[in-house]
Amino acid sequence: MNATLLLAELAYWQQTGIRVGIGLASVLLVAGALVYMHLFKAVSFMQSRLGPMEAGPYGSLQLLAEVGKHIQKEDIFPRNADRFVFAAAPFVVLASTFLLVVVVPAGPDALFINSELGIYLGLAVSSVSVLGILMAGWGSSNKYSLLGGLRATGQLIAYELPLILAVVGVVIQAGTMNMADIVYAQANGEIFGFGALGNPYILTQGVAFVIFLIAMQAELAQAPFDMPVAESELVTGYMTEYSGMRFLMFFIGEFATAGVFAAVASVLFLGGWYVPGIAPDADIMNVLGPLVMLVKIVVLTFLIFWTRFTMPRFREDQLQRLAWKFLIPLALANIVVTGVLKVTF
Amino acid sequence: MTTVTNREQLKYISAQAADARVNLEIETEGMTLNIGPQHPATHGTLRIVAKLDGEQVIAADPVMGYMHRGYEKLSEVRTYPQVTTLINRIDWLGSFANEVPFILAAEQLMEVEAPPRAQWIRTLLFEMSRIANVVLFLGDMAVQVGAVTPVFFAFRDREHVLNQIEAATGGRFHPNFDRIGGLKDDLPRGWIVETKQAMKKMRAFCDEIEDLVMGNEIFQARTRGIGVVPADIGLSYGLSGANIRGSGVDWDVRRDGTTGLGGLVHKELDWRVWTHPDGDSFSRFWVRLQEVRESTKMIDQLLDGIPSGSIMAKVPRIIKVPAGEAFVETENPLGVMGYYVVSKGGLAPFRVKIRSASFNNMSITPWLLTGVYVPDIITILGSLYFILGDIDR
Amino acid sequence: MIEVIRLSSTETIDAVDTPDAATDEDNTDAVRAAMLGELTDELGDALVGSHIAAGVDITVRVDAEAWAETAAFLKDGMGFAYFNFLSAIDWLPALGRDMDSQVDLSLERAEQTDAQDATAAQDATAADTAGNASSSEAMEQGFAGGNSRFQVFARVNDVVTHRAITIKADVDEVSLTVPSWVPVYAGANWHEREAWEMFGIHFEGHPGLRHIYLPGAFEGYPLRKDYPLLARRIKPWPGIVDVELMPTDDAEVDG
Repeated sequence: MNATLLLAELAYWQQTGIRVGIGLASVLLVAGALVYMHLFKAVSFMQSRLGPMEAGPYGSLQLLAEVGKHIQKEDIFPRNADRFVFAAAPFVVLASTFLLVVVVPAGPDALFINSELGIYLGLAVSSVSVLGILMAGWGSSNKYSLLGGLRATGQLIAYELPLILAVVGVVIQAGTMNMADIVYAQANGEIFGFGALGNPYILTQGVAFVIFLIAMQAELAQAPFDMPVAESELVTGYMTEYSGMRFLMFFIGEFATAGVFAAVASVLFLGGWYVPGIAPDADIMNVLGPLVMLVKIVVLTFLIFWTRFTMPRFREDQLQRLAWKFLIPLALANIVVTGVLKVTF
Repeated sequence: MTTVTNREQLKYISAQAADARVNLEIETEGMTLNIGPQHPATHGTLRIVAKLDGEQVIAADPVMGYMHRGYEKLSEVRTYPQVTTLINRIDWLGSFANEVPFILAAEQLMEVEAPPRAQWIRTLLFEMSRIANVVLFLGDMAVQVGAVTPVFFAFRDREHVLNQIEAATGGRFHPNFDRIGGLKDDLPRGWIVETKQAMKKMRAFCDEIEDLVMGNEIFQARTRGIGVVPADIGLSYGLSGANIRGSGVDWDVRRDGTTGLGGLVHKELDWRVWTHPDGDSFSRFWVRLQEVRESTKMIDQLLDGIPSGSIMAKVPRIIKVPAGEAFVETENPLGVMGYYVVSKGGLAPFRVKIRSASFNNMSITPWLLTGVYVPDIITILGSLYFILGDIDR
Repeated sequence: MIEVIRLSSTETIDAVDTPDAATDEDNTDAVRAAMLGELTDELGDALVGSHIAAGVDITVRVDAEAWAETAAFLKDGMGFAYFNFLSAIDWLPALGRDMDSQVDLSLERAEQTDAQDATAAQDATAADTAGNASSSEAMEQGFAGGNSRFQVFARVNDVVTHRAITIKADVDEVSLTVPSWVPVYAGANWHEREAWEMFGIHFEGHPGLRHIYLPGAFEGYPLRKDYPLLARRIKPWPGIVDVELMPTDDAEVDG
């Protein structure tokens, strides 16, 4: 059954409603699963503890309990806060995440939009979260928050560049900015004439993949780049003054963004919904594709959280040095090499 | 040479003044940041008022007293055995070590010496409380620079030592086990074997921390060259313990003590004092890690060599200390801790001056924090390693 | 088999030989006597008292005017580079130190005649520490003598030869001022703030004497002996003999 055909028989508002529902579910369910699997369990085992065990079997309903707790809490505004900015900031951050998920395809037809400029759009909307974090930092009227917000801004600007430059290598090799087409390009590609596995770009764009992961870690403000949050210095930085529902939105935003960025990375470097042996445009992939994507997301986010809970954090100047003096030149060199090879072959 | 002036520091201050003049023209102003008293990195209730220019500290002023309990005054109205209950709470991570110098000072005044077995067990517990204390530092330092996981390992493995302390003394945190003239009880059966197992685990923990934290490039980038204490300045501020040995000063009261060390047997053991020439945060961490290993080594020797005999010397039931003055210092987990006990021959001390390690160690912070970045404040505070009870007393 | 030397940064480590354990030689009374001689030569009349506790420690009392010069000489002339601590003692026989649950002993006694006071002072358990400023009991300073109510005392170490010395000085009871040690030992800063706050002794030349522990508006000087510890005045403190009554005994007492 072709999903677009099904949608075509519905009115526009009905289609939109379905898309919004699926979008919400795909972000929130994935984020919830990641929180449970990584934050609650995997990390607990790394730190030789059990993690939540009481709520539900093996603690699986802990997240619901947390959500319930946060919803019940009072929504506190600091006295001198810029009330509108303070209140709006979590929505801006969350909006950026939801806009980013729009461009990610999960199957030949399981996609929200099929834009020729997909990855371009995705990277553009992902930067909106900087605005939200700066708003939170400024609006809280707290010095720690302000420092956190400023750090976040400087950091996100610095790491936006290597992120984009890493993607450029992929775009050059695939010859398209359409996310779905990038998946097809990987599925149909071949390495030195051997095409059974396709050509996931992690193999040819390995350098870009590593740069993308590092820059992604910084975009997400996870350790070793968590200076904007930095519990031991800035007392969670821009989130210091938030409580209840609004804090929960930041919390969800953090994990949802991790999931969505992992989805983008798996589309760009791991072949998206493609698995060797099944044609990427077969109808069955509309059902299998999201599952394949989920597996890849889980693997990538595990990397993210593994790093996060192991590494100490950089200092702000060291982080800038890493971005400008190392990652960006490396990414540029990668582009040059990719371009030359693209022309040669 | 007579006064402590650091040229670099002065140069920095004058440069700051020049900057400030420029800043006046373009109308920027500094920001005062209150770190603490409820800040996660201040181990309790230390407060640091930092004047910032951007993220750089222009001046830092520590404010203490949020936990001042007046032990010096309270000691004057308690009998000698009762005082140990109070001073247990000074450095609450290595409580037993707090009791030892006070008891030794009282013994010195009374001219009582604990029997050999009591001295060996005393040294044993003294070193175990060092491990219980410093192990937490090793995990905590990693948290200060942002790595969350090591502190869980520290708490997990500290448990082995705390269990042994509890088995021997009955108290995990505040043993109150040391007595004038000996110890409260003898060791329980099977304790020696269990403790040896625990020491093996502590050594494994040290290796784990070394691999996980010390070898990490980011950790080194965050700690090397940060918070450098030159040896002469460290001495004039009275830094002690790993803070001064991290600056290359080879001085350990356990080996080089001047007063009243009749009650501890460190001099009969085979161990060494570690120093590191750099004087930065990393070297302080490094020295502490080595000291934990050295302590486990000492404990193994102590366990093998405990002499038999009584654990209590003959002391009167009501303890009256003859008139006199005594100062005894020992190398406690946080540094040199000493008690200046003045007795007028009564049941209670006339005056007890508590020389605690963290008070001196922290007095260098206004000097040390000038000119660093905000994240380095946390690194430096973490590496100087203070316990609030030890500052405020 | 103890694997201790497992270093990640061996290249920065100086090989430090563990000095021989015979540090006792650094600590004999002969060494202490030599220290005393050196100080006497330098300070002359300013050194007003000394005490060598056999085999343990040395205490030297200097004139308050020479307090700062003594520090400078100790640091530069004798190698005592390590600042240990600085504090003060109030030698006033104190209120509130009667440990025998006879809380109001001294208050009672204040009402009695001096003669009765003197006989009461003979009582071994009751009069150990009791008495107050107006009683006939004289102030009695400790090691190295003294003739004022307040004394500042400080201790410095030599970390190379492992010597240590305690220095005392009488504080003038009217001005309550001694020179500051901060220009010599920077670490004296906080210790002098504490001594100022707790005893009201002023340190001339200190860069900023302000409260360190107590709130800024605090009145009084808590470690002075005439600053009563009210809790102890109101309720007797038990426990000289560390024996607890059996529950039945308790009940009988209550009944």
